[in-house]
Amino acid sequence: MNIVVCVKYVPDAQGDRTFNEDNTTDRANVDGLLSELDEYAVEAALKIVEAGEGEVTVVTVGPEQAADALKKALQMGADKAVHVSDEAIHGSDAVATSLVLAEAVKKIGSPDLVLTGLSSTDGTMSVVPAMLAERLGLPQVTQVSTLEVADGTVKGRRDGDAVSESLEASLPALVSVTDQINEPRYPSFKGIMAAKKKPVETWSLADLGVDAGQVGLDAAWTKVESFAQRPPREQGEIVTDEGDGGTKLAEFLAAQKFV
Amino acid sequence: MAEVLVLVDHADGQVKKTTAELLTIARSLGTPSAVFIGGNVEAARPRLAQFGAEKVYVIDNDDVENYLVAPLAEALHAVVQQASPAAVLLPSTTHNKEAAARLAIKTESGLITDAVAVEAGDAGVSTTQSVFAGSYTVKATVTKGTPIITVKPNVVPPSASQAGATVVPVDVQVSDAAKGAKIAGREEKQKSGRPELTEAAIVVSGGRGTGGDFSPVETFADTLGAAVGASRAAVDAGWYPHSNQVGQTGKQVSPQLYVAAGISGAIQHRAGMQTSKTIIAINKDEEAPIFELVDFGVVGDLFTVLPQATEAVQKARS
Ligand SMILES: Cc1cc2nc3c(=O)[nH]c(=O)nc-3n(C[C@H](O)[C@H](O)[C@H](O)COP(=O)(O)OP(=O)(O)OC[C@H]3O[C@@H](n4cnc5c(N)ncnc54)[C@H](O)[C@@H]3O)c2cc1C
Ligand SMILES: Cc1cc2nc3c(=O)[nH]c(=O)nc-3n(C[C@H](O)[C@H](O)[C@H](O)COP(=O)(O)OP(=O)(O)OC[C@H]3O[C@@H](n4cnc5c(N)ncnc54)[C@H](O)[C@@H]3O)c2cc1C
Repeated sequence: MNIVVCVKYVPDAQGDRTFNEDNTTDRANVDGLLSELDEYAVEAALKIVEAGEGEVTVVTVGPEQAADALKKALQMGADKAVHVSDEAIHGSDAVATSLVLAEAVKKIGSPDLVLTGLSSTDGTMSVVPAMLAERLGLPQVTQVSTLEVADGTVKGRRDGDAVSESLEASLPALVSVTDQINEPRYPSFKGIMAAKKKPVETWSLADLGVDAGQVGLDAAWTKVESFAQRPPREQGEIVTDEGDGGTKLAEFLAAQKFV
Repeated sequence: MAEVLVLVDHADGQVKKTTAELLTIARSLGTPSAVFIGGNVEAARPRLAQFGAEKVYVIDNDDVENYLVAPLAEALHAVVQQASPAAVLLPSTTHNKEAAARLAIKTESGLITDAVAVEAGDAGVSTTQSVFAGSYTVKATVTKGTPIITVKPNVVPPSASQAGATVVPVDVQVSDAAKGAKIAGREEKQKSGRPELTEAAIVVSGGRGTGGDFSPVETFADTLGAAVGASRAAVDAGWYPHSNQVGQTGKQVSPQLYVAAGISGAIQHRAGMQTSKTIIAINKDEEAPIFELVDFGVVGDLFTVLPQATEAVQKARS
């Protein structure tokens, strides 16, 4: 079983996330990390391979620092990594990112499974997996909270608001997993040491046969015209409960016409 | 004026409020046309007409129901080819975002997700998004193809404007390639009888501070006619279903009033509620970061504050 896991390098949500002058996300001057939701995809891949056999390749499309995200995934136990990095990719939108990722997956080989996270923690669009399925012509088994792979079939449960759907597809398939699916492992000391010797390949757009004119800020099909920091919410009245906290709350609700 | 497509969100013909909101937006951009997937269009027509749909494209094809997302994208593609719309608007649900993603590739169009405002602008349709856990707003446009935009609920008040809602059946042949992921079974979830989280005008949420006892939260919610939400800590502990989780990996809500009880206010929780109009928190710890956001806060025990507030609200009503 060969599995490719797509992992994204994102600015740390605990830090101050901001934008560059060209309206793109600042990824250089902030602390970044492996998008936490992609850890669940890495864990899911490792579990499948550990229960049988095969190889887990992690791939990222991102700037130089994105190597950190790959490193973390290798420390968790992935076998090898591919880093697609090219100045021309800067400012790509989801459509272009999915193009580059799809070409990278093709070059890695024909995996049985392509695994992704539920959404990135920066763009949070939850669209790249569907785009990859469309581009690669793979069945789309997305947003599942359970995953079973056996006899050339993949099954998973997709929980919606009103219904849970049982999904079924034959391999190869594209699967995105939610944060309900497992408990991602922490890299062990052994894992951290082993990761140092694992192969990491770096590919440019030329290596993928993607024309630089198809990606990046200028080629993006969406354009961020402006950004503005939301004024911080002004703190309202805080009362300490001295036996009448609930009454005061109700008075506030009445004053605001909620009651 | 060019048509603007609105994908109808409905349950067996019962049109959801988000559809009325999107039709209202569509009227400011062009001539609204609804896209209805399913068999019971007659049940939906009056409401679609009421909110200004001139046409209703209808796709009644079981494949769209039986296979995940890909057939829906093909169906939308067929309508886009037929109508050459100025934009496609979809309610921001997980299914719709994924269908929009595939439609963007098929039609070589730019995609914007989770818009909180959509307006006609000089450079075509202009959108506003709330990003980075609500700490920034971004204005964006689509520069290629047909703007495909998914829109969050509750971003405009629906306003009525009668139109014809002429039914236009569209025959869609779903390709074999789109039948890759079969929906082999469906399990209905238990209904709470409360409003839907993303549509509710009021949401009352509980966190780890409930210690697993959500009854004061639920009773207070019911007094206000509110939906009930939960923090991830409460969901992970198994106290409340994941479908009620508010935050980055749960629902993003933007109600008139959000009440957080026993919730500390982590950035990932804020990502799901920060844009609420009015925010109230009840927390034992006066240092809890949730208090930075609130319009009104009570430092106290939710097990005494909420029941007292419930009683006071009930008394004020009677
Ligand atoms: C605040 C903000 C708003 C944005 N708004 C838009 C917009 O409206 N329209 C638009 O087209 N673009 C937008 N972008 C750009 C878009 O986020 C990026 O192009 C991104 O690469 C794809 O979308 P996502 O991060 O939301 O990924 P998602 O679709 O949320 O990612 C899902 C999964 O896909 C995989 N994945 C995603 N990106 C990569 C990657 N680079 N490398 C490896 N795996 C990956 C991961 O497994 C991830 O878990 C926005 C970006 C930001 C930061
Ligand atoms: C990738 C990622 C995604 C995440 N997504 C989400 C998400 O979607 N939603 C989400 O909520 N979190 C999410 N989280 C988790 C988030 O970081 C926090 O861990 C979580 O929100 C904490 O929940 P809490 O506030 O209920 O618990 P805590 O942080 O433990 O806070 C409990 C609060 O209750 C107060 N309290 C205790 N007892 C009482 C009482 N009797 N009366 C009043 N107050 C009391 C305490 O003072 C404390 O402030 C995510 C985290 C990650 C890494």
